[in-house]
Amino acid sequence: MRYALLMHYREPGEGEISEEGIEAAKVAFGAYGRALESAGVLLSADVLQPTSGTTSVTCREGGLQVQDGPFAETKEALAGIFMVEVPDLDAAIGWAEKCPGAQWGVVEVRPTATAFVDGAWTR
Amino acid sequence: MDTLTSGDGGPEAGPGPGAAGPGPGPALRSADVAARDSYGRLLALLAAATSDLAGAEDALADAFERALRTWPSQGVPGNPDAWLLTVARNRLRDEWKSARVQRAVPLDAAPDTLAHIDDVDVDAIPDRRLELMLVCAHPAIDRAMHTPLMLNTVLGFTAEQVGRAFSVPAPTMATRLVRVKKRIKAAGIPFRLPDLADLPARMASVLEAVYGAYVIDWATGPQARQVPSEALHLAEVLTTLVPDDPEALGLAALIELSAARAPARVAADGRFVPLADQDPALWNRELISRAHEHLRVAHARGQLGRFQLEAAIQAVHCARGPDGTTDWPTLLTLHRILQAIAPSLGSGVALAAVTAEVDGPAAGLAALDALLLEAGQRARLFQPARATRAHLLDRLGRKEEAVAAYESAISLTHDTAEREYLERRRDRASGVSR
Repeated sequence: MRYALLMHYREPGEGEISEEGIEAAKVAFGAYGRALESAGVLLSADVLQPTSGTTSVTCREGGLQVQDGPFAETKEALAGIFMVEVPDLDAAIGWAEKCPGAQWGVVEVRPTATAFVDGAWTR
Repeated sequence: MDTLTSGDGGPEAGPGPGAAGPGPGPALRSADVAARDSYGRLLALLAAATSDLAGAEDALADAFERALRTWPSQGVPGNPDAWLLTVARNRLRDEWKSARVQRAVPLDAAPDTLAHIDDVDVDAIPDRRLELMLVCAHPAIDRAMHTPLMLNTVLGFTAEQVGRAFSVPAPTMATRLVRVKKRIKAAGIPFRLPDLADLPARMASVLEAVYGAYVIDWATGPQARQVPSEALHLAEVLTTLVPDDPEALGLAALIELSAARAPARVAADGRFVPLADQDPALWNRELISRAHEHLRVAHARGQLGRFQLEAAIQAVHCARGPDGTTDWPTLLTLHRILQAIAPSLGSGVALAAVTAEVDGPAAGLAALDALLLEAGQRARLFQPARATRAHLLDRLGRKEEAVAAYESAISLTHDTAEREYLERRRDRASGVSR
């Protein structure tokens, strides 16, 4: 099954994290990415820019509306998305537990309903 | 009386749900026996490959329905379980063939998938009920649903029966069960034994869920408190699945000993009879000896645990001599160890009560008040703490305080017979005669 591991955490302020802290996180994420890849479960991995760089788009009121910022302002924001393919929830929880973001935030484990693979939606 | 099951001696021991009418034919009886004894086993086998409990339930219900239709005319098959499993699996296979189920599930990778459907020697197929129980008590499932889900899937009780046990309206319980089954399937919670590293924690959740069936506050209805035979059934099933787990054995022993005393707990006139006043002749000797056997095997493993200790405490109570004497010093030792390895408000209150028996009510009250001070707000609504405090004040002759303490205990007691008992004690303490 495909799962999205969604990292959520409070966005640090400018300069809040030391250079060494950032370096340590990079090392941890590097090791994590390689572990996912060598296990053959990684589909994609993205760590996102802070919400200050995000834009929300909707047409639900009729015309196009483009807005600064995330669609919902929350204390903890979506910060990264890891797509993995593993046999079951226990395996997905195991990878979520090893995600560096779980050390300072929360990793949501969300199963995929359907995915666009090889030109068609799976089912 | 609203028990979920009618007996504890296996399927032959009591009339089942289908046996209410006068003399059901052998076909009906056989379907009923299968329903009682094999429901969880068949459901676990059917759901294991896909984690789809709702689909497996539907298939199994269809199979039972067909059994009731065809067995009376065609005769009961030699192995009813195998028959039911085959019919239900065929039904699932039809489901799976319909295009919408062409999913990521590899159809012939696991031993319980349909490639092996024609092997219908049920006894040769591994029992998957432990995996089912682990799914029911999975950390990704709301704790409050662990016990209801087990009663519903492992023992086959309906949402209405489970709802009644938890004082939840049937439609509400049904909705919750449907939701949690959907979640198991959608989230991909697997029917498999966890890694050795995770197993102890996962088994602890399973034991907690079984214990949850034992401690349900049954007494919100007009009927007297009773140890639920459902918990007994679940615990005994678990001992057959993990015969080497000392805590599973301890839990079964605990529930058996408690169930053994159920007949003595309420007098003929409906009055609550506290343990000290119970007539041991009314206790169920067979359950007590089953418990002793479970405890003997558990202790041989040499790993002490909370449930074994609680069972040992109950065993001491059940070993009360013919002269009515209880071995309080041994109880005090056991309670101290229990409070040391698995401290809880309940075991703390029990320790204080036993302290009162050994060192006098003043020492017991001091221990209790120290505990309540430490526990704070949480302890104020804990009925056993209030009731124990009332009894101790009463014994110390502090009648006025005792009456107030009885009042507060009574306001927290949901069991009618026990409430009436406390009311009588209160009246006696305040000098009112009844």
